[in-house]
Amino acid sequence: MRPISRIIIAFAALLMLVLLVQPIWRIDLWAPQYPEGLVLQIFHDSFTGNVDQINGLNHYIGMATIHNEMFPEFEIMRYVIGLLAAWGVIAALIGRRWALGSWLFGLLAFVLWAMWDMYSWGWNYGHNLDPKAAIQIEGMVYQPPLFGHKTLLNFEAWSFPDVGGYFLFGSIVLAVLVFLYEWRKPYTGPHGKTMK
Amino acid sequence: MRRTPLTTAFPLLLAAGIAMPLVQGCKPANTKSAVTGDAASRVFVPPGQYDEFYNFVSGGFNGQMSVYGIPSGRMLRNIPVFSVNPESGWGYSEETKPMLMSTHGFIPWDDSHHVEPSMTDGVPDGRWMFINGNNTPRIALIDLTTFRTKTIIEIPNSGGNHSSPFITPNSEYVVAGTRFSIPLGTDAERDVPIDTYKKNFKGNISFVHPDKETGKMSIAFQIGTPGIHFDLSHAGKGPSDGWFFFSTYNTELAHELLEVNASQNDKDFIMAVNWKKAEQYVKEGKGKMVPGKHYMNHYDDATHMATSEVIEEVLQLDPKELTDLLYFIPCPKSPHGCDVDPTGEYIVGSGKLAALIPVFSFAKMITAIDNKDYEGEFDGIPVLNYESVLHGEVKRPGLGPLHTEFDNNGFAYSSMFVSSEIVKWNVKTLEVVDRVPTYYSIGHLSIPGGDSRKPWGKYVIAYNKITKDRYLPTGPELAQSAQLYSIDGPKMELLSDYPSIGEPHYAQSLPADLIKDKSVKFFKIEDNKHPYVTKGEKEARVVRDGKNVHVYMTCIRSHFAPDNIEGVKIGDDVYFHVTNLEQDWDVPHGFAIKGANTAELLIMPGETQTLKWTPTSVGVKPFYCTDFCSALHQEMQGYIRISPAGSNVPLSSNTKSADAGL
Repeated sequence: MRPISRIIIAFAALLMLVLLVQPIWRIDLWAPQYPEGLVLQIFHDSFTGNVDQINGLNHYIGMATIHNEMFPEFEIMRYVIGLLAAWGVIAALIGRRWALGSWLFGLLAFVLWAMWDMYSWGWNYGHNLDPKAAIQIEGMVYQPPLFGHKTLLNFEAWSFPDVGGYFLFGSIVLAVLVFLYEWRKPYTGPHGKTMK
Repeated sequence: MRRTPLTTAFPLLLAAGIAMPLVQGCKPANTKSAVTGDAASRVFVPPGQYDEFYNFVSGGFNGQMSVYGIPSGRMLRNIPVFSVNPESGWGYSEETKPMLMSTHGFIPWDDSHHVEPSMTDGVPDGRWMFINGNNTPRIALIDLTTFRTKTIIEIPNSGGNHSSPFITPNSEYVVAGTRFSIPLGTDAERDVPIDTYKKNFKGNISFVHPDKETGKMSIAFQIGTPGIHFDLSHAGKGPSDGWFFFSTYNTELAHELLEVNASQNDKDFIMAVNWKKAEQYVKEGKGKMVPGKHYMNHYDDATHMATSEVIEEVLQLDPKELTDLLYFIPCPKSPHGCDVDPTGEYIVGSGKLAALIPVFSFAKMITAIDNKDYEGEFDGIPVLNYESVLHGEVKRPGLGPLHTEFDNNGFAYSSMFVSSEIVKWNVKTLEVVDRVPTYYSIGHLSIPGGDSRKPWGKYVIAYNKITKDRYLPTGPELAQSAQLYSIDGPKMELLSDYPSIGEPHYAQSLPADLIKDKSVKFFKIEDNKHPYVTKGEKEARVVRDGKNVHVYMTCIRSHFAPDNIEGVKIGDDVYFHVTNLEQDWDVPHGFAIKGANTAELLIMPGETQTLKWTPTSVGVKPFYCTDFCSALHQEMQGYIRISPAGSNVPLSSNTKSADAGL
């Protein structure tokens, strides 16, 4: 890989560290009696935002109480993010396309796992309702949207990446662009020798 | 043709028919015609939008302070201060009972007249409001982050606190001048014939210091005065900072039929007090401690509880020894308002029985004091020469001038009680430039920042005593009213007219931006230091302590925990310590129980409040939430079983919760 590509990859890998301090995902809720809106922000290790209010509301319809201990993922996410960042830096140091390719694979696998994990949690959260809930509506489930907008009773819900999510997306885009560039125009090295 | 009487009469009837409307036209114009075309749009605040000003209005004989939005005139709150308020448990809950304690015991009512804001550099800072209790002399401090009464201090050695709670430019002191002079001292000194008034009755003014950190109040010092009565007052500002001015009446020292006997002198006084000098004398140890037992009651937002302190003595300064503290300025006749203009140079006395408004000059007053330009003395206090101190008189302003406020362009606005009007005049030239009628019998008036160094102007609000034909009749007792006028242009314009709660006297208006963003939305449950707090349903329980049963109860939408209690017996006192676990804005819960001879509780999120309940009959008594809190509010209820005295039903309570996580 060209030196510039290696620098970009190292930069992209370090960008991922933002995920350790910024929220990765957010779910916004709006209802007539909540004109100021409610928000659930997902960090790598916790929920913040109007968690108590959302829990308070959800008990009417029998949804489980959200609390950080529900998510073993929160315990390991910091290591996964650290590992991926280190993986990227190592790929840049190695400077070979296979190394970059392996990092890209790791990143995409992480994203797919995260999306699947969130979807399956959302499915359980929205479907596993307390049979003694005060408000029960035949056929109604309350799975939050994985991405985009959905109407849940009197609430409008939006699910989108937050700051950390956008940084992750940026890292992946940089990795993909560099990978495609290096794939189509292999680097011949400072002395014109092809390096794989 | 021979005319019949009828045809003769016809032209006469016709003439009368034409004349009648002319005769009616000579009556005063109908008050309904006083509003100009676009007034409605200027007071209309569209749904969902905020008013421009908060308007804090004394409740008069309801003892409270109400809050309105201006210009809409929409009432936002009625803040309980000196009077019990069963709808929120104020004065009924164990936590708030100490707020109304005094040396006379528990006082459930007062008469609150004047509202004054805390100030920084002579400008309202939006932190606190003060209001006086006229009947049982007290001053209250209201916290504008919670819109609740935070401190109430009793004023000792006072017969009634009317001349209050006016404030110095940096909130150093809030004053209290006695409305009624009374005999002071030991029991023997106080048990005297009323007709020894001239010999034995004394006046007194207090300087009360609000602590900048805590909002607790203390009596810094008192100054004994001759046995006259104090009406209103205002602090000097700018050049006159360091002085305080009090209007006085009954300089005749009458003790009976004051209506006549206290209206004999051509001039009463405005009393000028050099409070900076008084402060210096206090530091030099020139005051002496005198008996002055009083209560200081303070509500703590961390413990959610009020406590009372009893103080036995106060520091008193004697103006007969400290001869440069007090000066009298002659002022016609029984002055009510005593108002200092924004520059601090002019002092306006409003002699309610006078046909003119005298305006005094602070600079001239200082010169007169320096030159000892006295026309005599009154009970040992120098009386300055009227002409030497006078800036000038506003001639023929109207009848019954009561109170004056100021705008930011050098104009004064005086209320005229007898002629029911507001008169606008130029402070420098003393010319009357405009007048508008009020409906009817205006008392105080109020301009946003109108007694401060920088009035916001824009509106003047008239507070009227008589409303007769203004609203749909409601029997013999009618609402009092407020009228809103624009003062933006050269002419005052009536914009709206709305009924008010209680009996407003003085009021204050502050820009919404000074207050609205500091409003507390709820109390953090983790900061709740109430000794009987229940932080979560798992801690809910019932504990017996002899004849007292303490219920540690929580509430959250939409249940109480515990909601079934047994083992309570006749002869027990039950204390429901109810903690609202909600952590969101605008989710209070109520608590009411059958047969409570007190009131309900209204518990804000994160707060703990206690209702003492003494069961009087055997059976199962329901309790429930009174605030429509949620879709399942109706189900938010519970039972307590009361057994006969000596029963052996064990004390028990269920603490099953609908969601264990909360």
